[in-house]
Order: sequence, then structure tokens, then C-alpha cells
Amino acid sequence: MSCKGGGEILYREAILKKFRPSLDNILYILHDLQDNNPQRYLAKDDIRVCADYLNVPYSYVHSVASFYTMFSLEPRGSNIIRLCDSPPCHLMGSKSLLAYLKEALKVDIGGTTKDGKFTLELTSCLGVCGVAPAMMLNDEMLGNLTPETVDAILDRRRKES
Amino acid sequence: MNLVRNHVLISIDAGTIMAGARAVEKALVEEIAKQGLADEIAVLETGSVGTVGQGVVIVVYPEGVFYANVTPQDVPQLVEEHLLKGRPLKRLMLTEVPKQSVIKKEKAGLLKEQPRIVLRNCGVIDPEKIDEYIGEGGYLSIGNVLASMKPEEVIEEIKKSGLAGRGGASFSTGMKWDFARRAQGDIKYIICNADEGEPGTFKDRLILEGDPHKLIEAMLLAGYAVGASKGFVYIRGEYALSIERLEKAIAQARDYGLLGINILDSTFTFDIFVMKGAGAYVCGEETALIESLEGKRGHPRNKPPYPVTEGLWGKPTVVNNVETLANVPEIMKNGADWFRGYGTEKCPGTKVYTIIGNVATPGLIEAEMGTTLRDIIYEYAGGIKEGKKFKGALVGGAAGAFLGPDMLDVQMDFVNLKEYAAVLGSGAILVMDENADMVEMLQNVLYFFKHESCGHCVPCRLGTVQLVKLIDRIAVSKGSQEDVNKLLKISDVMRDTSFCPLGQSLYLPISSSLKYFREEIDARIQ
Repeated sequence: MSCKGGGEILYREAILKKFRPSLDNILYILHDLQDNNPQRYLAKDDIRVCADYLNVPYSYVHSVASFYTMFSLEPRGSNIIRLCDSPPCHLMGSKSLLAYLKEALKVDIGGTTKDGKFTLELTSCLGVCGVAPAMMLNDEMLGNLTPETVDAILDRRRKES
Repeated sequence: MNLVRNHVLISIDAGTIMAGARAVEKALVEEIAKQGLADEIAVLETGSVGTVGQGVVIVVYPEGVFYANVTPQDVPQLVEEHLLKGRPLKRLMLTEVPKQSVIKKEKAGLLKEQPRIVLRNCGVIDPEKIDEYIGEGGYLSIGNVLASMKPEEVIEEIKKSGLAGRGGASFSTGMKWDFARRAQGDIKYIICNADEGEPGTFKDRLILEGDPHKLIEAMLLAGYAVGASKGFVYIRGEYALSIERLEKAIAQARDYGLLGINILDSTFTFDIFVMKGAGAYVCGEETALIESLEGKRGHPRNKPPYPVTEGLWGKPTVVNNVETLANVPEIMKNGADWFRGYGTEKCPGTKVYTIIGNVATPGLIEAEMGTTLRDIIYEYAGGIKEGKKFKGALVGGAAGAFLGPDMLDVQMDFVNLKEYAAVLGSGAILVMDENADMVEMLQNVLYFFKHESCGHCVPCRLGTVQLVKLIDRIAVSKGSQEDVNKLLKISDVMRDTSFCPLGQSLYLPISSSLKYFREEIDARIQ
């Protein structure tokens, strides 16, 4: 994630230039466009520039973007929480954690907090089942979660952003 | 140069980084310098040492002492006691040390421990240094093969070894390579499937993080055998560290002339490219993965034609799982007969398992094919947490089967488990103790499939929704006996009519949970 922390803003054209205009680069281009969108989603403009660059219809790029769960077509908060909801985490208590997160953030799954700071999502297995229940906060993996540690994590982020 | 007295290995993988491994590493280096030991003590990064959920883990050699749950605050004392005064710090020592050898299928009568195959270098070498891999005999196989073997001979050796795909389907690797070699066309491809998404599985991640060069060497061998000049590694988008390490390793291999044109002065040319996925379980299916690589929605293709004749961009393509490939350099180095010395007659070699859930010590292990579930749980994973009773295990991920207590002593390999209507699958073992709610577990598995169904074919798209409706009713005690029977019936139809293994495999968790836990499920009906 090239822009995070560094504050460097890459314009869409600059992102596109990094990749050959070949269809097999579409996931890379979409990842990069989304990472650099301040609202962390693929806006219509993102999809349009990608389609023009790859010389495919807008609808084609939209269909690819909507297929993969890591891409969002709706604006999201500045922090994205992705709670793992696969069987191992479930066994270790992710269900009650989800209820806790919904309550703490006052959002439903897929929702963004009023202050625009958090979006709550579910994800399939993150592959860190040894420290279940786990979640990703943006790029960071967090495990052995309890309501207390979740509170601390949320507080830290609220102060940072 | 001073002789290094102690090597301190610190495990840097996604799990330990989460627990603060980078901070501990920094503190270690600083403290060692502060105490004037920088010339005698070397701090080295390595991949996972096999522990899971034990915080930051370091190993001090030559003593081989494992420390777990180390924090930066512990470092000064640890350095002073162990590294300066030579007294291991008992407080942080790990008593249940992860095995660095293969776990035997029969415990009795074995005189010496055998080294690991797949995980040989994991947690031993620094994955970010190509020289360490070479120092362990890495790239020796490709060197020998290029100098003295024909591609057909490589395929013959792999066939003879009996190596079968470790991603779940267990198809003969040698046969697959042979088909691709014989297929018409000048351009062929090798794809490494690292889209590890089966819940509870993280072996491929730890192999990628712990020994990326091994994968490069394996793909070189596959490329040479098949006649391909390009390879792709398709990795899950969530596996940031795996992607970083593999890209670093590829750059190093290019620098050393191990990737590129005329490798090791031969006429063989091969290069590898990393592709980052974007979150779709179905892309673990090989034709869906190929579609995704081509820049499309990850819908599975009709088979036949199989990828070995018409794969990526319509060219003959071999798709192999990470673990399968990790066996290849070892087989070519030590020979097929050596490999057949491990495992069972029908399934030679080892299997890497991730064992998680209600066990005392979850982790990553490599066991011979044919090891029983009981041995894995009780001998390796320390038994059930808090001394509770074993209730069941979900083996092989969400697309796997629930196993009850009477399956504890069945020899586990790809062939044998089939006879019990179970699968080894990806090698994930999720253990449940006496308190586990089996209805909830099944419900969770069905939710998973509903979410991951790609929508391409009707039986799976509609079936997963209906199954979730049924289990939701049953879970809140509003279901009927008919609902339970419908679960089985719908998944049976899905097994026969779904387009790809995703929809076909749902029958397994449903039928197996009904087989072993029917009483518990029925108790929710009244």
C-alpha cells in the first residue's frame, strides 16, 4: 500500500503507468486504485480509467471488481475492520466478538461509522487460526481478540486518525 | 572475523509479527550490542518454527532452547542470563518443543528420527537470504538436473516417487507433468496455486514465508520437465508477508542467474511472476484460478479440456499446490526410493497439517502419511485443552468432513480416508471439545459456502441459500425432522449437479455431521 503513512498522493494516471495495459494486470490495477482512493473503494472514476486503459467496457471492469471480496464499490471508512468468520474463529468466539463490534461501532456488517472512521466487514479465513479469533485492521493482522483488546485497538485508532 | 558463539533465531511470520516479533528483534539486537556481545552472538530471522499462538518465539542455538511469549521487556534479562552467563531462562522456556523431524506413523520400533521433507528449512534458515537456502543444499537439484538429466527422466522420477497433489485432489504429480509435456504447443506454463483459502489451513503461507526459494527451485524443475518457460504464483491478496518474501526471493534468484535466460549456462530459460488475488475462495479451484490470472471473474471452467492441454491463455498448463511443489526438490535430490520410504504404500511421503481449535498446543506439523488422528492430537498437539473430552474434528477444511471419536485410530492418507467417506483435503484439523455446539459449527460451514458460492451455476447458488435457511431454523429449535432430511437431500443434488468442487463438496460436511452428531442435531428439533 504505497500511499499509507507516506501521504504521497498518486494520481490515477500515475498508477496506471506502473502496469502494462494488459488484461492480466487488472487485479493489480484495481488493488492499487482502491488503496489510493481516500475512501478506500473503487469509485466510478476508478473503474472508468481502468476500463479505458485496458480498452475494455466499463461493465467488464465493474463485473470483475464486484466478484472479489477485497474490492468495495461503496465508499468506506478510513479504517477497515475485517473480522474472520471462518469455522476456527467461530469455535473460538468470533460470534460474540461480532456482536460486540456491532454494538461498539453502532453499525451493521458492511456499514461505516457516522464519523467515517471505521467500516465493519467479515472475511473468510485469514490463515492465522492459531490466534483465533482474529481480524484485520487495514493491513494489520490482530489475534487472540477479546472485547477488552478490541476496545483498546479502536481507541488507539480513534486517537490516531 | 570473530567466531559466532550463539545463533539466536527469531521466528518472523504473520503470527509472530502480530505478537510483536519486530519489536523483540529490535530489542534483542540493541541489548546484545549494549552488553558487548555483538561479535559473538548473531540474531537471525527465520520463518515459522512450528508454534502457533505462543507469541514471539525465539530459538537459541547451539543449545536449541525455545523461548515463547517473549516481550521486549524480557529481552535484557534473557540476554544477560542465557547469552552472557549461559543459564537458560526457565521462566520463558517452551516445554513442549515443536518437532523438527517428521512425525512417525508407527511410534514403536523406530530407531532414528527422519528429517522433514516439506518443512526441512522452515524455522531453520533465513528465508530472505538465498545463500542460506543454497547452504542447505538448495538449488542443487536443479543444477544436477540441468547438467545430467533429460526432462523425461525428471518426470519418470516424480512418477516413481508416487507424489500426489497436496491441495486436496491427490492426483499424481508425475502424470500431470507428463500430460502437459506431451500436449501440443510451444508455449506452456507452470502455475503454483498459493490461493490458500480453505478455513483452518495456513500451511502454504508458512512454507512461503519460511522457505520461498524452495518453491522457486521446484517451479524451475517443473518448468524444465514440462517444457515451460514461464511460471506464475497466484497468492491470496491477504498474504502480504508471503508476497513480499517471494518477490524478494525471485529478485535474488534472478541476480544469481537462477531465473532468466540460459540458467546455469544451459539452454533452459524460465522466469516466475507473482500474482496477487483479491479474495475469492473459488479461485483455489484450478480453472477458476486460471480465469482470475487472465483478468476475469474467477468462474470455474468446464472440464475437459483440462489445464494440462488447455490452460492459461489456452496453452498447456500445470497447476500445482505449494506443498506439492515443496516436495519436488527433495525428491530430485534424494531419489524416488528415498521418498517412498515415508508414508504408506499407496500414499508415499508426508502431509503437512495445521492443527487448531480446542487443543493444548496448536501448530504446524509434518507427519507421515498414515499417521492417525489420535497421534496427531494427543502426541503432538498436547491433547484436548484443559483435559476435556474429544468430541469431533473437522478434517480438510470447510469442504472436509466431521469425524467422530471412532475415527481417531484410522490411518489418515488420501486413499484410506476415502473408504470412510472422509478426505484429507488441505490438511486442516479443527478439533472440537465436549462443549462444542455441532449445530453451530455446521451452520458456520454453511454460511461460509453461501458467501463463497460464485453464482455461476444454479445448484450451488440457490442450494447454499436454501441450506442456510434450513440450518438457521434448526439452530433456533424451529426446524423439523423434514428440514434435517432436506439438508442431506439438497446437498446430495448439489453434489451431482454443481459445476465445480465448491458446490459438490458441501455434501461431505453435512452428511458427516449427521452421521456422527445426529442425536445432537435431532435434540434441537423438539
